[in-house]
Amino acid sequence: MTSRTAPPIPAPPPREAPPIPAGLTRGQLLEIYRYLRLTRILEERLVALYKQSKVIGGLFRSLGQEGESVASAYALERGSHKDFLSPLIRNLGSMLVMGAQPIQILRQYMAKATSPTGGRELNVHFGDLERGYLGQISHLGDMIPVLAGIALTFKLRGERRVALVYIGDGGTSTGTFHEGLNFAAVQRVPLVVIGEYNHWAYSTPPEKQFAVPHLADRVRGYGVPASTVDGNDVLAVYAETKGAVERARGGGGVQFIEVKTYRRKGHAEHDDQSYVPAGESERWARENDPIDRYVVQVLDNEWAQAGELEEIDARVRAEVDTATDACVNDPAPRPESALPSVYADPPAASLHWYRSL
Amino acid sequence: MAEITYLEALRQGLREEMARDERVFILGEDVGLYGGAFKVTEGLMQQFGEGRVIDTPISEAAIVGAAAGAAHMGMRPVAEMQFIDFISCAYDMLTNYVATARYRAGLATPLVVRGPCGGYVRGGPFHSQNVEAAFFHTPGLKIVYPATVADAKGLIKSAIRDEDPVIYLEHKWLYRRIKAELPDGADVLTPIGEARLARAGDALSIVTYGATVWKALEAADLLAQQDGLSVEVLDLRTLVPMDDAAIMRSVRKTNKVLIVHEDTRTGGLAGEIAARINEQAFEWLDGPIMRVTAHDVPLPYAPALEDFVLPQTEDIVKAARWLAKY
Repeated sequence: MTSRTAPPIPAPPPREAPPIPAGLTRGQLLEIYRYLRLTRILEERLVALYKQSKVIGGLFRSLGQEGESVASAYALERGSHKDFLSPLIRNLGSMLVMGAQPIQILRQYMAKATSPTGGRELNVHFGDLERGYLGQISHLGDMIPVLAGIALTFKLRGERRVALVYIGDGGTSTGTFHEGLNFAAVQRVPLVVIGEYNHWAYSTPPEKQFAVPHLADRVRGYGVPASTVDGNDVLAVYAETKGAVERARGGGGVQFIEVKTYRRKGHAEHDDQSYVPAGESERWARENDPIDRYVVQVLDNEWAQAGELEEIDARVRAEVDTATDACVNDPAPRPESALPSVYADPPAASLHWYRSL
Repeated sequence: MAEITYLEALRQGLREEMARDERVFILGEDVGLYGGAFKVTEGLMQQFGEGRVIDTPISEAAIVGAAAGAAHMGMRPVAEMQFIDFISCAYDMLTNYVATARYRAGLATPLVVRGPCGGYVRGGPFHSQNVEAAFFHTPGLKIVYPATVADAKGLIKSAIRDEDPVIYLEHKWLYRRIKAELPDGADVLTPIGEARLARAGDALSIVTYGATVWKALEAADLLAQQDGLSVEVLDLRTLVPMDDAAIMRSVRKTNKVLIVHEDTRTGGLAGEIAARINEQAFEWLDGPIMRVTAHDVPLPYAPALEDFVLPQTEDIVKAARWLAKY
């Protein structure tokens, strides 16, 4: 019997990171991560300011929905007079992507004279036409016709620009949503609609809003192509939106994307969420947090190193600290500043006579 | 110079503004090929193309909302309500979105919403309404209501050029009933915010607007012939911002005021006008401020009922006589 030695095991070839999907670069992946982390840290700061009674009104969190907000906005062409979007109350992330600054958000929530609306409007209700975002009003659905009109303008002028608008599962029950979507579909305007299925409209679940399983089912009857995507898979939302944006830009008309996600906080910070089944929100936090999933995906695929992400975290924290320090002591608006610019002309509402007595 | 109707004057104004400014476009139901239910936009699609005269679904909220979005982007949309009665379907969009836009977000929203108003035409409860009171209350909207051929043209042109959202109320009873010559070639513009002295007088003032300007003028003629009364008639033309100075000027001259409007009484503009006179010219009054308006019912269809509910020339004559004797 002759002994035989086992053949030597060949050394494995050096492992290569799988290609980054959707045409994104490594730098873009890190930028997306920065917006995700900025959204969450900025909201955590707002919670602290809320508890100190420095936030004047309600505080609306997007916890658990940061992924779809950031990824959908990131699929737009951004810059001066490029693509356009209108965020809802849980789309802080999309506003930051479009160029809104943390200090503007902080000032808005604290109703400072220096806020983008001079203390006239709340939270994320402000916009910047040049950078391409338009603040919502509280009447859900109304922004669909307005963004249809903006997209109509792009079409009439022959500009290759796209408008994107968000609507929640509850918002799809409004008349303006349906009127606006149908109008946009008939006019074949370059509009992308992101339907956020986040399981709660204040305290009302989707099965009390509509009798079909998916938001996408509601819109196909308008002749609008509709898809459903995992809203907590950042890169899937990005890829789906990117495709829709380019189809709209190419003359394909209105596109609808349903993102399935979960609102982990109450309607606003005061809401005790007594209507949420025990453990449901915690399970989403544990198993399906969009930022956690993104981090695992980026690190497992070796598209970035943990140290790079930690460095971004530190920079974002410093940025939010600096912004807070820079505005927390800003003045409240002067009372008389309530009167001007209801109209372009006359320039101000008149002061009541008894105020001059 | 040929005589043209109120409706033709409105169309002329639209056509001239579309020719002058390529940002101006029209959207609404049946406004394109068909030219609109009353033919106000007849021929405009053929002249300017489908991109500037856009037929829409029956969706007033979408029409106004889309106009607002376009206006933000620098366009000058003119949205037609097929009958002004249907503007209530866009009430949310106008009062919550459009009216607040400049104040809350610094957004320019230079749009016009226009449509046929008013009764005396047997239109029944849903094709005869006057809606000014529903919007008069909301800061941020301007409201104009032409009574004459010149103002039908002059106010649509000024409304389109205005930097603020304007509701342009046109009276369908006047569409083809009144005619006038307008100067050729001249830019007929009626300034927003200025009332018009329709008839000078010194016995009492009738403050009115819209179709009842003509009822008031007819009443003033009768009062002059039969009673020797000299009645002043003030046509407000713009409801927001209201020309308080012109109203007070007339009150100080005649010392008695009758306010006439076709709209129903309770919560109507006459109440606000009376309150302003009370605050600004109380000491000039020699009698109570009185109102002639529609009765507080939805407008019925049958001629006998509609005529009974709406203010008629005869009502104005009787009320003015009563007030003159006070």
